[in-house]
Amino acid sequence: MQENKKHPMLQVEDIHISFGVLKALNGVSLEIRKGEILATIGPNGAGKTTLVNIINGVYRPSRGHIFFEGRDLTTMPPQHIAALGIARTFQNVALFKGMTVLDNIMTGRNLKMRSNFFSQGVYWGLSQKEEIRHREVVEQIIDWLEIEHIRKTPAGMLPYGLQKRVELGRALAAEPKLLLLDEPMAGMNLEEKEDIARFILDANEELGTTIALIEHDMGVVMDISDRVVVLDYGDKIGEGKPEEIRNDEKVIKAYLGTATRR
Amino acid sequence: MMGNTHKTLPQILLHNAQKYGKDKLAIREKDLGIWQSYSWHDYYENTKKFALGLSSLGFRRGDRLSVIGDNRPQLYWAQMAALCLGGIPVPLYQDAIEKEVEYIIEHSEAKFVVAEDQEQVDKMLALKKKIPSMEMIIYDDPRGMRHYKQPFIRSFTEVQALGLEFEKDHPDFFEQEVMKGKEDDTALIAYTSGTTGNPKGVVLTHSNLLTNVRLIFKAEEYRDSDQVMAYLPMAWIGDSIYSLAMLLDTGFTINCPEAATTVLRDMREIGPTVIFCPPRIWENILTTIRVKMEDAAWIKQKMFNFFIVVAQRVSTHQLKHQPVPLGLRIPYALGEFFVYGPLRDNLGMRRIRYAYTAGAALGPEVFQFYRSIGVNLKQVYGLTETSAMCTYQPDDEVKLETVGIPLPGIEIKISEGGEVLIKSPGVFQGYYKSPEATSDALKDGWLYTGDAGIIDRDNHLIIIDRAKDVSTLANGTIFAPQFIENKLKFSPYVKEAVTLGQGREYVTAMINIDMESVGNWAERRNVGYTSYTDLSQKPEVYDLISQEVKKVNASLSKEEQLQGAQIKRYLILHKELDPDDAEVTRTRKIRRGFISGKYAELIDALYSEKEGIDVEAKITYEDGRTATIHAFLKIRQAETF
Repeated sequence: MQENKKHPMLQVEDIHISFGVLKALNGVSLEIRKGEILATIGPNGAGKTTLVNIINGVYRPSRGHIFFEGRDLTTMPPQHIAALGIARTFQNVALFKGMTVLDNIMTGRNLKMRSNFFSQGVYWGLSQKEEIRHREVVEQIIDWLEIEHIRKTPAGMLPYGLQKRVELGRALAAEPKLLLLDEPMAGMNLEEKEDIARFILDANEELGTTIALIEHDMGVVMDISDRVVVLDYGDKIGEGKPEEIRNDEKVIKAYLGTATRR
Repeated sequence: MMGNTHKTLPQILLHNAQKYGKDKLAIREKDLGIWQSYSWHDYYENTKKFALGLSSLGFRRGDRLSVIGDNRPQLYWAQMAALCLGGIPVPLYQDAIEKEVEYIIEHSEAKFVVAEDQEQVDKMLALKKKIPSMEMIIYDDPRGMRHYKQPFIRSFTEVQALGLEFEKDHPDFFEQEVMKGKEDDTALIAYTSGTTGNPKGVVLTHSNLLTNVRLIFKAEEYRDSDQVMAYLPMAWIGDSIYSLAMLLDTGFTINCPEAATTVLRDMREIGPTVIFCPPRIWENILTTIRVKMEDAAWIKQKMFNFFIVVAQRVSTHQLKHQPVPLGLRIPYALGEFFVYGPLRDNLGMRRIRYAYTAGAALGPEVFQFYRSIGVNLKQVYGLTETSAMCTYQPDDEVKLETVGIPLPGIEIKISEGGEVLIKSPGVFQGYYKSPEATSDALKDGWLYTGDAGIIDRDNHLIIIDRAKDVSTLANGTIFAPQFIENKLKFSPYVKEAVTLGQGREYVTAMINIDMESVGNWAERRNVGYTSYTDLSQKPEVYDLISQEVKKVNASLSKEEQLQGAQIKRYLILHKELDPDDAEVTRTRKIRRGFISGKYAELIDALYSEKEGIDVEAKITYEDGRTATIHAFLKIRQAETF
């Protein structure tokens, strides 16, 4: 797997983390390459979400290091990591439910705003100019995700599939270099999954965003990913191109319990 | 009035660009959350650049250019650019499936196609191999187009850039081409979604469109400050009249909504002064109002219900030209303040001077509702073959059941067989490449419309039904299916209905419930459901629809000639009638012949003693895939009078 190691953007090196006696991640190493779509799959409790939480600084590993474009993220707080260009979405949608879709996506621009609390309070002048500039970016995203009709709808009133889309929009609003998606397709029907898959591909190809996504279900993910990493009970049990993973004995075993081949 | 005497649409464009320049808007489009504005100068420049680009790519006088997509300024400019070069626009329905598009592109031999986005480009690509006459596909929205490297695919801006290059070598070419145009040149081939057979291409000249539009201006007062929504399908003649002919001839402003789903909100922001909606949209808006009122606070509900009754009584007096009693005038004034005004404002209809409905009959109750809250809604009549509108209701002569009097300069008479015949300068040149169909429709200068109608003593035309659909029951009672269906469709719970009875003992009906309102109704009554099919077969829903059928029968029983045509048995269909399944046309007219074939088993069951029937239906998705659904459809007896 070392041979085509091109432009690693993020390196995860030998990460360990435990919650009490439970070893959530047990010496996992992987890398995310610039411009790719990397999927991390694995059954429930494999440590997928923990991995995302470690990358964006919510948890600190007990051992191991994370490097992003050469900088050590291991002990950095989440807001600094976000400022470096890493955005994420959550497995269970985490939107501001009382705020409109527009405002929710606007919060994604927060790190890009330079006016402070007080000048924002006055609004006119710098903040107004800034707001207009950021609103333009947000409107591009709304147009792009085809959610014009719900622009002014409070996020909490939307069906789940659309909330997921809004969350993706908020993450994209930060114009991240690396986008971490925690189960972007969970709970969706096939059509919604295909829609999201298209947005992910477009974000990758048109905006040039590097994407690491986590999925529980292998279906659509295998079609859109460049590479796949498989976790099982805190261990990395496979890594490679989707077609290699599909035929990997260990992976089949992890997913189906026992190998069923004779 | 508009003092414009130019003979062709492009010549008017030159005139408008000079007259209004950058001072007046021609088109607005809501994009990225903002109304993007284009002045007449912008309209002219964009059209010119694109036209010159087309020229450099080999578009010649007489060539056809097709557009497909939602209402976008770029698509309007493309049509206009073709006209400026002496070409002919052929607009397509944006939701048309491949087969229909294939027929029209092939039949019209469109050389260039301008497609809104990737979805439409994909449709065209699929046809490219089959139809060699189609040379080039031009797209507007670049999204998702990054992988399309074929040499015959170009972007709109790329073509405009070519146009700028072309202009350097041919500085006066554009104006020269425009001046070559003559009034008898073809200005549009509008394909009508016929209820039978393949679509037919209606050929209309500049003179047809402009003369007809100018007849309208003699009857109604249009201004260059008018605001119009451009949201109807571009392939529908009504949109070509408003967004092409009228736009140019008056110099008013058209407004393209952001997306099909945002039309009502965008309309509210614009506050149009003139609006044209097919009956379906008037019905939908009313249904939405009713659904929202059912969810409103009780005080609002009480006020709404009270003042709507007041308004209805006032408008009944007005329609009969009777003075409104003082006892009604005072509550009406209060109602204007508390209910009608705010409601119109909410609908974006506060500034409307003229609102029209056409295409199919609108239930008198719906019609009266809008008039009673102060929207000047009128019923008009016209066909693609007559360049749209040819009758209108003058402001003080509105009648619920008629489509009004002929526009000045148009003659209408009824043939011995009861068919409406029209003689007008707007009447078309013929069906493209179909001389037989043309000679069937045009005889001795009269257009045979195929509609059955009568003219009342005030010279108002009343359309009853399609002439070929009017028939009799076995006992001789007149059976006008659409007439009964329209009565059913007035119910907010009924989306579509098909009635049957020709040569039968009694009338039966197949009903489509309205998912939105019935779904809402079911939720509030804790009736659980999973899908359209499931909801449609709930006993509670049947009970609900029973009441609606009963109302229709009650109203039929009041008309002496029609009381024998009450609905005896009915069923609720398990799926919506859909243009993709060819059950209704794109403009939602029922294709009876097709339905009687497809649902033959259901119809047999309706005319038997059975209490229901098992069905297995094939449905077609937008991408052409098909699937089957199973259901047991109940049949019920209806209460008659």
